[in-house]
Amino acid sequence: MVSEVQKNTSAILRVERLSMKFGGLIAINDLNFEAKRGAITALIGPNGAGKTTVFNCITGFYKPTEGMLTMTRQNGEEYLLERMADFVITKKAKVARTFQNIRLFSGLTVLENLLVAQHNPLMLSSGFTILGLLGFPTYKKAATDAIEKARFWLEKINLIDRADDPAGDLPYGAQRRLEIARAMCTEPELLCLDEPAAGLNARESAELNKLLLDIRAETGTSILLIEHDMSVVMEISDHVVVLEYGTKISDGTPETVKNDPKVIAAYLGVEDEEVVELIEQAEAAGVDDITAAVDLLSTEALHEIVETHPEAAAVELIPATPTVKAKRNKATAAKKISETTAPTKAEAPAKAGPIKAGATSNALAEPRGGKADRLILIKGIGPVNERKLNEHGIFHFDQIAAWKKADVIAAEVYLAFDGRIAREDWIGQAKKLAKASQAKPAPKKTGGAK
Amino acid sequence: MKPMPDIQSAEPDSVFAKALKEGLLAGALALGLFFLVVGFRTDQNIRNELILTQRWGLLAIFVLVAGVGRFLITYTAPWREERKKNKRAVVAKEPSAFRRSFPKIGLALLFVYPFLIITILALSQWYFTGQWSYQSGVQGSLKYVDNFGIQILIYVMLAWGLNIVVGLAGLLDLGYVAFYAVGAYSYALLSTHFGFSFWLLLPMAGIFAATWGVILGFPVLRLRGDYLAIVTLAFGEIIRLILINWTAVTKGTFGISGIAKVTLFGIPFTAGDGGFAKTFGLPMSSAYYKIFLYYLILLLALLTAWVTIRLRRMPLGRAWEALREDEIACRSLGINTTTTKLTAFATGAMFGGFAGSFFAARQGFVSPESFVFLESAIILAMVVLGGMGSLVGIAIAAAVMIGGTELLRELEFLKLIFGNDFTPELYRMLLFGLAMIVVMVWKPRGFAGSREPSAFLHERKMVSGEFTKEGHG
Repeated sequence: MVSEVQKNTSAILRVERLSMKFGGLIAINDLNFEAKRGAITALIGPNGAGKTTVFNCITGFYKPTEGMLTMTRQNGEEYLLERMADFVITKKAKVARTFQNIRLFSGLTVLENLLVAQHNPLMLSSGFTILGLLGFPTYKKAATDAIEKARFWLEKINLIDRADDPAGDLPYGAQRRLEIARAMCTEPELLCLDEPAAGLNARESAELNKLLLDIRAETGTSILLIEHDMSVVMEISDHVVVLEYGTKISDGTPETVKNDPKVIAAYLGVEDEEVVELIEQAEAAGVDDITAAVDLLSTEALHEIVETHPEAAAVELIPATPTVKAKRNKATAAKKISETTAPTKAEAPAKAGPIKAGATSNALAEPRGGKADRLILIKGIGPVNERKLNEHGIFHFDQIAAWKKADVIAAEVYLAFDGRIAREDWIGQAKKLAKASQAKPAPKKTGGAK
Repeated sequence: MKPMPDIQSAEPDSVFAKALKEGLLAGALALGLFFLVVGFRTDQNIRNELILTQRWGLLAIFVLVAGVGRFLITYTAPWREERKKNKRAVVAKEPSAFRRSFPKIGLALLFVYPFLIITILALSQWYFTGQWSYQSGVQGSLKYVDNFGIQILIYVMLAWGLNIVVGLAGLLDLGYVAFYAVGAYSYALLSTHFGFSFWLLLPMAGIFAATWGVILGFPVLRLRGDYLAIVTLAFGEIIRLILINWTAVTKGTFGISGIAKVTLFGIPFTAGDGGFAKTFGLPMSSAYYKIFLYYLILLLALLTAWVTIRLRRMPLGRAWEALREDEIACRSLGINTTTTKLTAFATGAMFGGFAGSFFAARQGFVSPESFVFLESAIILAMVVLGGMGSLVGIAIAAAVMIGGTELLRELEFLKLIFGNDFTPELYRMLLFGLAMIVVMVWKPRGFAGSREPSAFLHERKMVSGEFTKEGHG
């Protein structure tokens, strides 16, 4: 299948300089990407990144503020989607879509839902209703064909037994499948799916993957999908486009996107400062380290998520994307650690290593009582800096509280800071925290304390 | 459910005692409430003196109705509960054969209705006087065919026409009577000024009304729900006000009279030579014309039903229903919702126009008084009470509502209870309201709450009303 995609590399949909503004809010900002013919292109990104807005622009539900959307059909006809009305896009340009919140005709039966989707060809064969009303045979034949086509799709989505039940009576997973089948009944060349796996369990999600691959293989329909479920995105998509705040931050095969530090940062919501630090660090230490550093960062973020949102970690059925993503990174981090020959940076921070050169005067070989204080409670110290301090033998608040001027300078050298320790009054903060920790156990770190 | 028999077995007469207690309480309450309101009546006589009339009999009736009613309700409660349970089980087991063949039986009954009435009347005459006279039956049938038959069928046709707009496409139209008016005035004006025949003007009235439907449709395309209802209501009022104020053409409130009657393929229903009675060698009677009109409106109504049934199986009809369910999904499937809405408005209006021209021909007189908002509301009430989209349910609702009002005129015995100046038909709006509340509580989706699918693969299953939507406009 991959070779087939590579053979036919012409773009079915080209999105060029697409912008969408709602008043002062910029939902999409200068977006460019291509969907290849016969390929499954995934559009991912955190909530509110503008994915659904892109879909609404493509399918004509919004008129973009700027930009060009070119749909090239199999027969070579080109359509500028931004100039067409929504229903004409489905009718002429052959782009069909599904919705994030299922929009079936719940009072019509499953079969009728699929027949409504064949409205336009049936309308023609019924002579715009007049010939059909008078009972011309052309319509009768077309109606039988339409039912046959509906039967084909019902067998495909495994709902043939429930054909005569109202669509609103179906279970959620079946409704999702029916919506896809209904979109396919319009004979699209590009199928746009807005979160098709949302609310599906693992088995249903796997069935969905199979259905989408089947659709592509049998009808040659290109698929553009928005998805939060990474198992769907990574398994079936040929091409992934990542959006954040309406801007494209990554574009490529699932593998490259998965390892893109910008994507990881976007999904885990790390502070920009830390990303900059990481990238600087990586440049200094060589390319190899960056992945390990990013993995470490994501592992830390995962801990944080588990601490702050224990329910998100416990209830895995809820597709809490950051958790899923972070887990994946954790796994890769573990792999990377075993692969890499330079373990220093990747060592877990709590484990006491040899004290590095340039350490401050009151450095300890290991934390007193084997347990380090949570240095990140000091405003200005993030997980990365905490790790660096630990590597240099600083584990406790009272150590920082006791720093002299020379120690501050020494610390600033390895933390690559200038004057920040004094500016943020680390010593003053540490004194207070040291006093507090003597009085009672250190308070739990919360998400906002960093 | 378990504790119920326990209580009953422990205290077998407790239900009776409870019912008696509640009945007495309700009676006392009614006495307190109505003592001054109903028991006394104040009148002014010719010298402006206040006269106090005591109405103890009427008060006693009120109190008795409240007390006995409450007693019966409480006393029969366990029995009704039991019956309800049994009934539910029976219904689940047996798909009633009567309900399935109901449309066919009803249709057959409608076709023989005038002759049935004639026969019954003639038979009763024969029974009472011993004289067999078919002619007296014909003469007597006039009231039943005209007041009940034709009147109900006009409303059935109007309600079926509105059903296309409201029931199928889900567009709430409160100004439907405007199309009825357009049809009626088209016939009245064109027939009196140009002398065109009914058979030419019937389709023309439909076309005119449909054109007005499209004219109304365009500005309201973007409106939904309450806003759509308000604009259609305003449209209905605009048409009525034009009819009142454009006196040069419509003669205003004076109305247009002397509208030509319908002919049976050129044979007029007149007394002279060449008239219907003479041509067929029958004794002269005005009932023939009414019976002819009855069949005419029956066929027109059936045409409406036939077109509706056919259209539901066409892509257009399915698009209407899909539009009622979800407009955005419709557009995502390549359906042009603009033309779909306009065709719904136009088709519904066309049948309103047909009914209007028939109305003008039947009355021989039209005035703006016949096209007030109340008419729109009544027609809409039939659609809602009958069950949106269901032809049989709507026909039953129309028959009950119009037939019920006509029946009130016949209830002379009520005068014996409430006094001679009691006119039951004045209470028809009150009864309307009561009936609507009762139906909506008892069957929130109307008489026929389920929807018949337009196509099926294995078997035709009715779609329960809980899944269908009312539409957004």
